[in-house]
Amino acid sequence: MTDQPLLSIRDLSLEFDTFDGVYKAIDSVSFDLAKGESLGIVGETGCGKSVTAKSILGLLPSPPARWTSGEIRFQGQDLLSLGESGLKRVRGTDISMIFQDPMTYLNPVFSVGAQLIDVIMAHQRLQPRSTRMSRREARAHAVDMLGQVHLPSPEQQLDNYPYQLSGGMRQRVLIAMALSGAPRLLIADEPTTALDVTIQAQILALIKELVADLGLSVILITHDLGVVADLCDRVVVMYAGQVVEDARVADLFNAPHHPYTQGLLAAVPHPGRPASALTGIAGSLPNLLAPPSGCRFQARCPLASDACGRRPPLAEVGDRHHTACWNHDGGRHA
Amino acid sequence: MTDTVSKTTDLEALSWRERHHSAIRQVRLYSRTFARNGSAMFGLALVLIFVVVAIIGPWIVPFPEDAVGAVNMDIKLQPPDAVHWFGTDEVGNDVFTRVVLGTRLTVQIACIVTGIAILIGVPLGMVAGYMGGVVQEVIMRITDVFLSVPGLILAIAIVGALGPGIVNAMLALSLVWWPGYVRLVQAKTLALKNEIYVEAARSIGAGPMRIVFVHILPNCASPIVVKGSMDMGMAILGAASLGFLGLGAQPPEPEWGAMISIARNYLPDWWWYSFFPGIAIFITVLGFNLLGDGLRDILDPKHRE
Amino acid sequence: MLWFTVKRSLMMALMLCGLLAITFSISHIAPGDPAALAAGPDATQEMIERIRSEYGLDKPLVQQFFLYLKGIVSGDWGRSINTTRPVWDDLVNYFPATFELVVFSIAVAIILGVPLGVVAAVFQNTPLDHAIRVISVSGVALPMFWLGLMVQLYFALQLGWFPLGGQIEMMTDPPQPITHLLLTDALLRGEFSTFVEGLHHIVLPAVALCFPALASIIRVNRAEMLECLNQDYIVNARAQGLSTFRVVGLYALKNAMLPTMAMIGLRFGWMLGGTVLVESVFDWPGIGLYAVESAVNSDFEPIMGATIVLGFFFMMTNFLIDIVYGTLDPRVRGQV
Repeated sequence: MTDQPLLSIRDLSLEFDTFDGVYKAIDSVSFDLAKGESLGIVGETGCGKSVTAKSILGLLPSPPARWTSGEIRFQGQDLLSLGESGLKRVRGTDISMIFQDPMTYLNPVFSVGAQLIDVIMAHQRLQPRSTRMSRREARAHAVDMLGQVHLPSPEQQLDNYPYQLSGGMRQRVLIAMALSGAPRLLIADEPTTALDVTIQAQILALIKELVADLGLSVILITHDLGVVADLCDRVVVMYAGQVVEDARVADLFNAPHHPYTQGLLAAVPHPGRPASALTGIAGSLPNLLAPPSGCRFQARCPLASDACGRRPPLAEVGDRHHTACWNHDGGRHA
Repeated sequence: MTDTVSKTTDLEALSWRERHHSAIRQVRLYSRTFARNGSAMFGLALVLIFVVVAIIGPWIVPFPEDAVGAVNMDIKLQPPDAVHWFGTDEVGNDVFTRVVLGTRLTVQIACIVTGIAILIGVPLGMVAGYMGGVVQEVIMRITDVFLSVPGLILAIAIVGALGPGIVNAMLALSLVWWPGYVRLVQAKTLALKNEIYVEAARSIGAGPMRIVFVHILPNCASPIVVKGSMDMGMAILGAASLGFLGLGAQPPEPEWGAMISIARNYLPDWWWYSFFPGIAIFITVLGFNLLGDGLRDILDPKHRE
Repeated sequence: MLWFTVKRSLMMALMLCGLLAITFSISHIAPGDPAALAAGPDATQEMIERIRSEYGLDKPLVQQFFLYLKGIVSGDWGRSINTTRPVWDDLVNYFPATFELVVFSIAVAIILGVPLGVVAAVFQNTPLDHAIRVISVSGVALPMFWLGLMVQLYFALQLGWFPLGGQIEMMTDPPQPITHLLLTDALLRGEFSTFVEGLHHIVLPAVALCFPALASIIRVNRAEMLECLNQDYIVNARAQGLSTFRVVGLYALKNAMLPTMAMIGLRFGWMLGGTVLVESVFDWPGIGLYAVESAVNSDFEPIMGATIVLGFFFMMTNFLIDIVYGTLDPRVRGQV
C-alpha cells in the first residue's frame, strides 16, 4: 500500500528552437518524488537538470521552449496542461523554487521587505476574503519568516535593499520568500553554488532544519555529490538530458550500476585512496543539436555496444533502484 | 580505464568548415541580424539613394536653371502634374528640381557638421578619459555646461551673434554637437584604459599617443559609428530648423528648411510647396536613423533581440 | 538623500555660472563693435564711445564678466530693440506660455509613451508591437516645424476641429493671474469655458512638440522593458506566484524607468529647442517666438536672455530628474 507520489514526471521531453537549430534539451525524463522525501538531481552543467526543474513550474518562455512529450503530475494533477493562471495558483503555495545566484534573483530597486511582503500578499489572493491577511499582518509574517531562516535583526532587515546584504543573507531571504506560502514541495536549483564554502555549509544546514521542521519535500539540484550525500534520501543521475540512474543515496554510492555514475564516483578524490593523477571520463558531451539516437553516453562509455543505438529503458536493478543501461555489470564496480 | 581518443581532437582530420566554425557562425550571425532587420536594410537603401541623388543631382533634374532661382512668373504656384512632379513655387521654379538639389546641400551640411563634431569631440574625449585627474574634470565640466543648454537654443544664440548664413549655421551646429562625442568617448576610454592589453602595451614601453591611437581608438570606433549615423539625421533636422527660422541657408539656396519657411506663406492653397521638402527631410532622417539602429544591432550585442 | 540633494544643488549652481560664461562668450564673438551694436544704427562716434565706457566695454574681459554677472543677478538683462522693453520684463511676460506648453507636451509624451513602450514589449513581435514601432521610429525623424504645419493644415484648416494658433481667442479675456499659467489660472478661477478654450488651443502645438519625444520614449522604454523582462529577478517574481500585472507593471517597469528617465531628460532639452519652431508656427506667445523675432532682427540681448532662461529651465529639470532617479534607484543614493 504505497501512497501516490507527491510529484511524478513521466517521459518528459523538451526542445528549444535556437539560432543554430533545434536543441534537444531533455529526452524522456522520468522520476518520482514521495511525500516528505529529499531527492537530489545530479549531473554536470548542461545535463538538463535545471531545465527539468523549471518545467515543473512553467518558468521557461514558451517559444523557444517546446515540450514534445510527457507529463508532470503533482498530487495527481498534470501541471503541463495548466495554463498560466492555473500555474500561478501552484507557484509559491504548493510548489516553490529557490535559485542559484541570490544577487540577480532579487529586484535591486525594491527593499527586501517589500518583495517579501508582495509575495505573501500574492499568496493571500488564493484565500477566501475573510481569512486574508492585511498588509500589517503580512509584515509580521515576513518578520517571522526571516526569523525562521535565522536572519539577524529581521525587523530592521525588512527595509534594507539587496545590495546592502551579503550573499548568504540574500539566499536566506530568498528561502524565506519561497517558504512563506507554506508549500509542500521546495525545488532548490543549485542554491549554494554561488556562495562561499563556509556559507554553503550554513545554507545546507538551514535547508535540512527546515525540511525536518516543516515536513517539506525537496528536490535539490546540484553537481556536487557531497551535497547529495549530506542532504538527500534518493538521487537521480542525469547525463545529456537523459536519466541514467536513480536510487537511494546509500545504494548509489555503494553499488552504482550505470557506467556514467561509476565514472562520476571514481572521479571524486578520496583521502583514503591516494593517487598520483585525477581520474576523469574520457571524451566530451554530445552536441544536443544532433544527439546520437539511443543512449547519449555511448561515445564515452567503456561498456558500449551496438545495442546502445536503441534507447535502454530505466530498468529495475534493486529496491527502488533503476538504471538505463543494456550492459551494466550489476554494480560490482563499486 | 579505457583510452578512447576522440576523433574531434585530431586537427588534421577536421574539414576547413569545422576548424573555422566559430568565425563562420559569427559572420552568419551578423549578416542574418542585419538582413533580417528589414528596417536596417530599408534605412541603408534610403541613405544610398540619398547619397546617389546628392552626387548626380545636378545632372538628372528636369529644370536645372531653377537651381538658383530663375524666374518664370507665368507658371508660378502650379499644382503637381506630369511635368512638374512636385508643382512649382512662387517664382515658377520646379519644386522637384529644388528638392533634389537641396539633397546635395543637405549631405554637405550633415557631413561637415558631424565631421567637425567628431574631430573635436573624439580627441577631447580620449584625452579626458586617458589622462584623468584635473584635465578630465575640466574637460567634462565644460562638456556638461554645453550639454545643459538645449541644442537648438544654443545654435540660435550663436547664429544670432554671428549673423544668419549657412556657414555660421554649420559652425553653430558643430559647436552644439561635439560635447556628445566627448562624453561617449571619455566613458569608453575610461573603461578601456584598464584592459589588460593596454597594460601590456604600457609595460613594453608604448607611449600614450601610440596606446590611444592603436589600442583605444579602434575599440571606440563602433559606438562612434553608431552615434555618427544617428547624428547625421539630427544634424539635418537642426540645419533645416535653422533654415526654417531664416537663420541658416538663405534664399535662393534650395535648402529644404528655408524652402518651407517661404512656402509657409502660401498655405493652404498651394500646399505642395511645403509638403514635399518636408517629406524629403523626413525620409532622409528616417534613413539615417534606421541605418544607425541596424549598425547598433550588429555592433552592440547587448541590443540584439 | 538629503546630502545627495545638497550636492546636486551645488553642482547646479556651478553649471549656472558656466552657462553665463557661455552666453558672455557668445556675446563677445559677435562680429562688429558691441558698443556700436548697443548704441544702435543711428549713433554717432561720440555716443558709441560714451556707451563703451558706460557699459565698461573698455575694461579687461574678466572684469567685464563680473560686471555681466552683477548685471544678471540684479535683473539688468539689457533692453530689446524690437519691443523697446527691458529684456527681463519681456522674458517674465512670455515665459509662462512656454512653460505651460512644454510641461503639457512632456506630460503627454510620458503618459502616452511609457505605457505604449510597455505594451510593445509585452506583445513583442505582434502586429500591435510593429504598429507602435513604426510610430516610434518615424516620430523621431519628423521635423517639428513641418509636423506643426501639416497638422495645422489638416486639423485646423481642412477639418476645422482646432484653432489655427494663439493661446486663446482674441476676444476672450484671460483669467486674473494667480500662477500666470493660463490653463491653471482658468481652472483655479473656475472659468471653465476659458479652460476648455485654452485646452483647445494647446492641443495642436503640443502634438507637434511632443511627437518626437513620445517616439523616443516609446523606443527606449520598450527596449529597456524587453531587457528587464529577461532578468533573473523577474523569473523569481513569477516563480513565487506574483501576478503578471505586478511583475510587468512594477517589478520590471521600475527598473526600466531608470534609463527611460535619462531619455526623458534628453528629449526635454530637444523640446525646449523645439518650442522655438512650434511657437513660430502656431503664433504661441512664448519665449521661443520672442527669441526668433529677436534673432531675425539681430536684436541681441533678448536672444541671450532667452538662452539663459531656457538653459536654466533645462538645468532645473535635469536636477529634478536626478532627484527622482535617486528615489527610484537606491544604489545611487548609497553612492552619493
